[in-house]
Amino acid sequence: MFSGLDFEAASGEVLAVVGPNGSGKTSLLRLIAGLLVSGGGSIGLEGGEAELTLPEQSHYLGHRDALKPALSVAENLSFWRDFLGGATGDVKECLTAVGLGHATYLPAAFLSAGQRRRLSIARLLVVRRPVWLLDEPTSALDTAGQELFVGVMREHLASGGIIVAATHTPLGIEARELRMGGK
Amino acid sequence: MTALAALIRRDIKIALRVGGGALIGVLFFLTVTVLMPFAIGPDLPLLARLGPAILWLGALLASLLTLDRLFTADHEDGSLDLIVMGQTPLELACAAKALAHWLAAGVPLIAATPVLGLLLNLDTAATSAVALTLLVGTPALTFTGMIGAALAVTLHRGGLLLAVLVLPLSIPVLIFGVAASQAAITGPLSFGTPFSILCALSLVSFVVGPFAAAASLRHGLD
Amino acid sequence: MTLIDLANPSKFLALTARVLPWLAGATAILLLVGLYQAAVAPDDYQQGATVKIMFIHVPNAWLSMFVWGVMSIAALGTLVWRHPLADVAAKAAAPIGAAFTFLALVTGSLWGRPMWGTYWEWDARLTSVLILFLMYLGLMALWRAVEDPSRAARAAAVLTLVGAINLPIIKFSVDWWNTLHQPASVMRMGGPSLDNAFLIPLLVMAVGFSLLFMTLHLAAMRNEILRRRVRSLQMMQASQQAA
Repeated sequence: MFSGLDFEAASGEVLAVVGPNGSGKTSLLRLIAGLLVSGGGSIGLEGGEAELTLPEQSHYLGHRDALKPALSVAENLSFWRDFLGGATGDVKECLTAVGLGHATYLPAAFLSAGQRRRLSIARLLVVRRPVWLLDEPTSALDTAGQELFVGVMREHLASGGIIVAATHTPLGIEARELRMGGK
Repeated sequence: MTALAALIRRDIKIALRVGGGALIGVLFFLTVTVLMPFAIGPDLPLLARLGPAILWLGALLASLLTLDRLFTADHEDGSLDLIVMGQTPLELACAAKALAHWLAAGVPLIAATPVLGLLLNLDTAATSAVALTLLVGTPALTFTGMIGAALAVTLHRGGLLLAVLVLPLSIPVLIFGVAASQAAITGPLSFGTPFSILCALSLVSFVVGPFAAAASLRHGLD
Repeated sequence: MTLIDLANPSKFLALTARVLPWLAGATAILLLVGLYQAAVAPDDYQQGATVKIMFIHVPNAWLSMFVWGVMSIAALGTLVWRHPLADVAAKAAAPIGAAFTFLALVTGSLWGRPMWGTYWEWDARLTSVLILFLMYLGLMALWRAVEDPSRAARAAAVLTLVGAINLPIIKFSVDWWNTLHQPASVMRMGGPSLDNAFLIPLLVMAVGFSLLFMTLHLAAMRNEILRRRVRSLQMMQASQQAA
């Protein structure tokens, strides 16, 4: 799909992967997340926890929200907290932080697209992981949601995290650019 | 362990809530079993002789039918990506999903067996023999069927293809399940031999199923 | 009071709140009287005391079909007249109908045990009721499979009407299947018309069970209306932005 790609991102830094449709932004993220098998080359995390692989220390926020409409908002989030494990936060606090505090006990089926995205973002907060892999994270969000998300990202960077985001629209945060495609 | 318990709890909850498929499996089992006498005829001695075979076939089809969505539902909403990335080994996660499926969809089939045994004119001993063999044998059906369900994710197809892939794999379970139930009713074989083989088949499937399913899921994601 | 008045769920709730206690009371009185009369009714010279199962079995069997009729009218209400409470009535009736059908099957099977020596016989009438029971369960599964009740309503209405047309055909084919395979090996009860000592308690029980259905149905409809209100309140709550 692509070759000759060399990039790095340091702690507290955002790497914005930009490029036209079909240039392989999503594939690159999935490669880092360990969901695609690499045809050569290597990706690694320096200074992370030695026993864990890179995907195990990463959050992946894809196009799909990984939510079950039959479960309530809180049930969805606490499932991912229990399943992903590690350093975890409080479900209610995280839901309030993304503006879903009022919907805690409602079925996830009643949420709008933007609210579903907010719930996915709450997943990044409830389990602490150093690397965030974000694929078009702001696509469904309204202006208030985008501002909220910028705040969430800043907090993550301040605590030493790394963000790799594939995006078309500006993230609203200073970032190093990785331009893909344009053969 | 928390992670696996959470996964099992979630899958059972989804299966039992509105839109879940757990109870539809029992309904299918019931309907298939009730249809059989219409094809065979209302001959009670004949039904009693065929009863274990009918119940086993019904349970096989019912558990296969509900397996279809085991992984595809998680694949479609993106949950599968996160499950693959997690620290929990994928093999264990697959086993947990299969266990949850068996608890939600397999156990009700066994619970329905006595009622259906009544309809097929099975006596108490025969009904309990069938229920016991189903209790031991349906986990094997779920855990081998899981391989097909994982392949369905890779191939972006389910339904009939899944049935064609999985049905041949379940032949040994069917043979020894029906043989054990028949042995308990009529003889001449002893109940112990086929029953032990059935148990062995289930134990083997507990090992093979999760590994095969996890391998196929790892290479099947895109 | 017309159907138009009933179309308003609030008016329906207010009206049924007043009617329900009376209906429940009448049901209890009729069922108690019926049970007492059934208990003192003489034993049958052939079947002994087992004949008394009839007083429970027959009303349940009659209601199992009556409820499908009620649901069919409600289905027409959904599809043709677009009556807002029609699908509420249809949804609330299905589990009650299934319960009556199940009781008819169980009592029939208990009655069959001393008469035929088995709990189950693939007798034409029993088999038809069993299929009716399966259709009730299928209908309930359909209601449960779709989260949005107004979308499920149309599908369920179509299935109910198809079932109403199909049930006589199923009944006929089961009769034909049964006689084809098994020429009347089972002696059915009936024969001479029922004595008044049996007929009067049976009628009392039948009316009592019908009132029981009305009571349960109205109560279930109230629950369903309230459940839908909760649902729309939840949706409103979900759509409001956090302050």
